[in-house]
Amino acid sequence: MTIRVIVISMMLGLCPITWADSHDLNVTVAVTGPKDKTSGFKALVSQLSVKSLSKKKITVEAIVKLENDRVRSLLEALLEARLFYGKAAPHPIYIVEVVDQGYQLTDAVSGQSLGIVAKKSIKKVRINNRLRRLIRGALAQKDLRAADPSVRLQAVHTMSKNMTPAVVALFRETSKHERDEDIQLLMLAAVANADLTATDGAVRLAAIKVLAKTMQVEYVSTLKGLLGVDAEGIYSESDRQVITAAKQAIKEIESRISWYENIQTLFFGLSLGSVLVLAAIGLAITFGVMGVINMAHGELIMLGAYTTYVVQLLMPEQLELSLFIAIPAAFIVSGLCGILIERGVIRHLTGRPLETLLATFGISLVLQQLVRSVFSPLNRSVSTPQWMSGSIDFNPVLSLTLNRLYILAFTLLVFFVLLMILKRTRLGLEVRAVSQNRAMAKAMGIKTERVDALTFGLGSGVAGLAGVALSQLTNVGPNLGQSYIVDSFMVVVFGGAGNLLGTLISGFSLGVATKFIEPYAGAVLAKILVLVFIIIFIQKRPRGLFPQKGRAAEG
Amino acid sequence: MGLSKLLQGDTGGQWLLGILVVLAVGVPICNLWVPETSFFHVSTYVVTLLGKYLAFALLALAVDLVWGYCGILTLGHGAFFALGGYAMGMYLMRQIGDRGVYGNPLLPDFMVFLNWSELPWYWHGFDQFWFAMIMVMLVPGLLAFVFGWLAFRSRVTGVYLSIITQAMTYALYLAFFRNEMGFGGNNGLTDFKDLLGFSLQSDLTRIILFMFSIAALISGYLACRYIVSSKLGRVIVALRDAENRTRFIGYRVELFKLWVFVFSAILAGIAGALYVPQVGIINPGEFAPLNSIELVIWVAVGGRFSLYGAILGAVLVNFGKTFFTAALPEVWLFALGGLFVLVTLFLPYGIVGLLRRKKAVSS
Amino acid sequence: MMFLKKAMRSLSAVAITAGVLLSPGAMAFNLFGDTIKVGVLHSLSGTMAISETTLKDTMLMLIEEQNAKGGLLGKKLEAVVVDPASNWPLFAEKARGLLTQDKVDVMFGCWTSVSRKSVLPVIEELNGLLFYPVQYEGEESSKNVFYTGAAPNQQAIPAVDYLMNDIGVKRWVLAGTDYVYPRTTNKILEAYLKLKGVADEDIMINYTPFGHSDWQSIVADVKKFGSAGKKTAVVSTINGDANVPFYKELGNQGVSADDIPVIAFSVGEEELSGLDTKPLVGHLAAWNYFMSVDAPENAAFIKKWHAFIKDPKRVTNDPMEAHYIGFNMWVKAVEKAGTTDVDAVEQAMLGIKFPNLTGGMAVMNSNHHLSKPVLIGEIQEDGQLETVWETDGLVWGDAWTDYLPGSKDIVANWRPNMRCGNYNTKTHKCSGQNF
Repeated sequence: MTIRVIVISMMLGLCPITWADSHDLNVTVAVTGPKDKTSGFKALVSQLSVKSLSKKKITVEAIVKLENDRVRSLLEALLEARLFYGKAAPHPIYIVEVVDQGYQLTDAVSGQSLGIVAKKSIKKVRINNRLRRLIRGALAQKDLRAADPSVRLQAVHTMSKNMTPAVVALFRETSKHERDEDIQLLMLAAVANADLTATDGAVRLAAIKVLAKTMQVEYVSTLKGLLGVDAEGIYSESDRQVITAAKQAIKEIESRISWYENIQTLFFGLSLGSVLVLAAIGLAITFGVMGVINMAHGELIMLGAYTTYVVQLLMPEQLELSLFIAIPAAFIVSGLCGILIERGVIRHLTGRPLETLLATFGISLVLQQLVRSVFSPLNRSVSTPQWMSGSIDFNPVLSLTLNRLYILAFTLLVFFVLLMILKRTRLGLEVRAVSQNRAMAKAMGIKTERVDALTFGLGSGVAGLAGVALSQLTNVGPNLGQSYIVDSFMVVVFGGAGNLLGTLISGFSLGVATKFIEPYAGAVLAKILVLVFIIIFIQKRPRGLFPQKGRAAEG
Repeated sequence: MGLSKLLQGDTGGQWLLGILVVLAVGVPICNLWVPETSFFHVSTYVVTLLGKYLAFALLALAVDLVWGYCGILTLGHGAFFALGGYAMGMYLMRQIGDRGVYGNPLLPDFMVFLNWSELPWYWHGFDQFWFAMIMVMLVPGLLAFVFGWLAFRSRVTGVYLSIITQAMTYALYLAFFRNEMGFGGNNGLTDFKDLLGFSLQSDLTRIILFMFSIAALISGYLACRYIVSSKLGRVIVALRDAENRTRFIGYRVELFKLWVFVFSAILAGIAGALYVPQVGIINPGEFAPLNSIELVIWVAVGGRFSLYGAILGAVLVNFGKTFFTAALPEVWLFALGGLFVLVTLFLPYGIVGLLRRKKAVSS
Repeated sequence: MMFLKKAMRSLSAVAITAGVLLSPGAMAFNLFGDTIKVGVLHSLSGTMAISETTLKDTMLMLIEEQNAKGGLLGKKLEAVVVDPASNWPLFAEKARGLLTQDKVDVMFGCWTSVSRKSVLPVIEELNGLLFYPVQYEGEESSKNVFYTGAAPNQQAIPAVDYLMNDIGVKRWVLAGTDYVYPRTTNKILEAYLKLKGVADEDIMINYTPFGHSDWQSIVADVKKFGSAGKKTAVVSTINGDANVPFYKELGNQGVSADDIPVIAFSVGEEELSGLDTKPLVGHLAAWNYFMSVDAPENAAFIKKWHAFIKDPKRVTNDPMEAHYIGFNMWVKAVEKAGTTDVDAVEQAMLGIKFPNLTGGMAVMNSNHHLSKPVLIGEIQEDGQLETVWETDGLVWGDAWTDYLPGSKDIVANWRPNMRCGNYNTKTHKCSGQNF
């Protein structure tokens, strides 16, 4: 399940390869390597400082064939852009670790530690995609014999992207020794795909049977290739049995693919919905309780995103943890800013909800320009922690991206915490009382002004949380808030103002609807259709999905 | 109702009409006949600028009628303005004829390079000026009618109404961005050559357009003034202040609202049609939700309970925009944002309210 | 009716208003007596400020440098900076202001196609001169505009050639933001790919709105499209803000540059400096200039830029080079013509040569487009683009593409024998000129 695991410690390299010898392979490891390991290695490594990428490719091609226990760390460093060379001739090659004081050097040939130097004295060994592909292929070939099944799985994935006859032969052999069924099937399928061109009809038939169990789009297209017809409509394939089997297999694979694709689309929809909910839920609180349309809501989201940026700037060493700091920080920054807006402006406009719209729009312009002046109009780069990147691959069709999954979970968490606050705490009770009947609540001794300030702070704080989440998905720039504000309003209005559950349901349903329309209508038309739907829906239910009931509704 | 009766007691209106008449006489003279070296020469640049302000003023007037007097806070009036503008733009595009860069007698340039082979059906008829002028009013009016009929009949009010007007303009904004729509996508319509045979690049045409804008603004003002001082006007003010009560008295509230909304949309459409030939471009940016909010704010700044206040606000804010974007681009948004906050906090009746209060104090 | 009395009073108000309006370029200080005025028409606020502010600074630097060399024709240069605030009608208004109120001799400005289209009628009417520094969709050649950015055949076509011949790409995703530049570029590329024998089912075209942020479905589609067993590449004309979520989604869904490379025409050093480049490493970009190119002119330019902007971390990019070349060519042309008169300078510009920052000489052709080298680079961890391929020599900028039926017969030539931006070689007509 786990992907992109790079295992540093491997104990291969020196073990002889017996199973590959019987085949006529020119890419297999070690067989063609020079005899004198160290001196050959050293000579090759020293050539890595040349600038020409084509020359570098020849060098790397030779290096991957070498049998030396330093090869692996060298290649990994090259892939991860940690391989440097000295600026002075004869340009020694170093593997580099970035540490606080500068660059920690290791001699690439001997593996000896050489101490720390400044950045100026060394230069990076540049590589391009072709070299990357070459190195990944070579490393994967070594990984095929790793003890960890997840490493082997990843290796098979990497290699099957670039199927050559040699790889087919290698898979054919290795699959016999493979104990993990999933990995075995993967290799067999890749082999079977190649076997579809075999001359023996029985081999082709057997291959189709193997492929019928898979769900790769690639195999559908090769199977379809079997069904090619000439000008008179006669199949180029001579074996009737093969044709029937292939048709059947295509059907099976495609139905499996479309089933999982629907699940995937559902996930996409929920994930889009979670972003909408997160952006809108703060608005639902302020709007529902206070009847205030906060046009600066988007800018409060933006402040949350910038807080994440600043937190990462302050603690560059702990990127992995930065989000955990950023979440409370963003809540506080946006929340305080919200309280400030409430105390300074909105308080003076009670009973004039439409005018708060104008005033907060003014505030949003000021906040935008403020950010432009402080942080420059350029977008800021916020990095994604390692644990949030990548995806969980269930099968070739269905893979759920981790960042979206975390954001979905985060949204639900925020929702339930808010629900608990409103239902179970003293503040929540007061908030509900004020939202239902302000005058009566006041008469009962509730300090409505304090409740207003805290509610607005809470709603704004949640906007800050949305900003942290959005910083992981999109640009952190002065226009961030603007691009979400209209959508947030739609979610709130569709769900029924002041109803958290309504917001949740409306956000998710709008997200899912958009994603299911998108494949047919395209992204723009999908959005337009959703907007038109909301306009028409409001005619039917003028107060949204879950209107407030009783006297509060006549507010 | 005679003109004098209409303006009775409307000092601001008298001032406004006075200024407009002076401009209508003075600007053409100062532009066309006063030599360029003279202090009193008004350059063509200023003429087009003033023309733009006048179109905006008419738009602000339309917004003020529905918001200030009828209580419908519309956040989508930019859509009607833009639709009127597009109708005018389509006429101007068709007038180019075979003078486009590809020399195609029928298709506008943007269709030629996107490989369109024939003119979409909705572009037919726009080669006739009268047809385009009808569309300038019909399209926004019809949209407002359908939208208003749906919304007012099911009693969508307050914030909900504001948000769905915003949804309307946002949907149109996205739609007009699509190149498949056949309205030139993001680039919109531009490179106009002439209007009714008059070259748009000549000073005389500009002056005529400017005069037309003044005439439109004056008639728009008088029409709105007529509406608000008639019985109809009383009813809409009543329903603004207490909708249910008005309904219970026996008025069909939704019909009154619908009428005013449609009238205002048509006014906005005319403003758009005047705007386009003077600035020379119309594109989907005019549909942007933020634009519609901004024009509500012009009205708020000027004073939403008076018609001339809306005009004052539109001209002042836009003049500020012209001035500050040249002089102090960095502080421009601070100034604008700050202005909105201050106006809503301290001047609920806008600048006009401030003037009235001063007058009340001094007398 | 007290109109007359009111009118007299209001006249004074109007006079004051007009007086203020007469000086829109408030930053224009006339310090040196007789100067040559250079208008700078770039958005300093609004959505386009992200890209255009840098170009304003570049222009100020170039003007300052020229003044330090002693100015031009014995006069000092004076920059007149205005802010069209990313508002397209405002571009036209500001251009009119620059030409009629400030009376500038030349303008450098615009970024988006729509801003150029908005300005075009104004400068043609008033016979101004504009240098436009950004890569664009072509299909235009105005007497009054010099296009110093890349035409489609100086960016898109070489990029596709590289992917096809060097990487062996067989399947193509043309993804773009829905506006005129991607639409036209993709139309051209589609025609070009079909000419090269690519089948219909091997081309996928996708358009998204501006600022599109939810790329899940589209990236999943690209992934599916790319897993059909043929090498696939994405040719991206996705604009500015939408790129970050796009690349992030690519990275998260496990689409790496060696599976499905993305080649972008709108992502340069400046855009890269605003995003986390880890997931982008190895993806490609095609431009006429990279900051990383090792050339003495480039090193000197970067040094000057850092000194001027007082920030050693700022990057340089392709449109900056375009302004650098454009400005220096204009200076040479003015010296050659001995005047700043637009018609004289326009003729003097044709054939002017000036060294590129990446080596070689850029040439201004008779169609108002430059001949420039084309570079393809891979994105590195540090946000730089490392050249992996470049054209052998200069590529001639073609205003009217040969791959679209509407424009293949049209040529532009501003030499005295033709003087036309859109001459149709079939009908022998030159239609729709505004001068």
